[in-house]
Amino acid sequence: MVIKVRFFAMLKTKVGKEEANLTVPENISFDKLRDMLKKEFPALAEFIDGKSIMISVNQEFADKNTIIKDGDEVALLPPFSGG
Amino acid sequence: MDLVRIQKQDFSVSEEIELVKAASKSIGGVVAFLGTARDISKGEEIVKLDFEHYPGMAEKKLKEIRDAALKNFNIIEMGIVHRTGAIDIGENIVLIIAAAQHRNDAFMACEWAITELKRITPIWKRETTKKGDVWVEEHP
Repeated sequence: MVIKVRFFAMLKTKVGKEEANLTVPENISFDKLRDMLKKEFPALAEFIDGKSIMISVNQEFADKNTIIKDGDEVALLPPFSGG
Repeated sequence: MDLVRIQKQDFSVSEEIELVKAASKSIGGVVAFLGTARDISKGEEIVKLDFEHYPGMAEKKLKEIRDAALKNFNIIEMGIVHRTGAIDIGENIVLIIAAAQHRNDAFMACEWAITELKRITPIWKRETTKKGDVWVEEHP
């Protein structure tokens, strides 16, 4: 199945694009998805490992219990600095 | 106009307050937090700021903050406006208005809302200094 991955702020700069489509196995777990994202976007591996970024799925914060489905929008969110 | 918005253009603090006050004649206290663009950060002179947000999710989080404030504090209405895009020094960035029958509830709700905004809203600030641009990673 295919998911859309979106990048924001400093992560967008690191990856060099705003979004990418990624083919992932059906029923992929959240932890496995994190591993795939690190492999697919090595420039972001240290940020994903450092847990300084959050991941959202369909615009809601995700965690290890989140189920990933075909067509989902996954976003990598660096630390927020609004306000 | 929507009480919770993300927009590029500047806003009028007094017009936003009137919008919130229009919710009820029982309002007796209004507290507003206005965040503005300062010219210094960690000792570096800031030339300008740029804000990026996650369209859709950022608005949703701001609405959740308003809903939670209305539920958990004894307030009557809350408005939240945040700007995006390029913002010059001295310009408005964010406005949170809490209106209650009594001031203490409005103070508490307003303080909670700006802290929560910084914690859960996908908005990012880029500072331009004379040395270049940097994305700000912390939210003090």
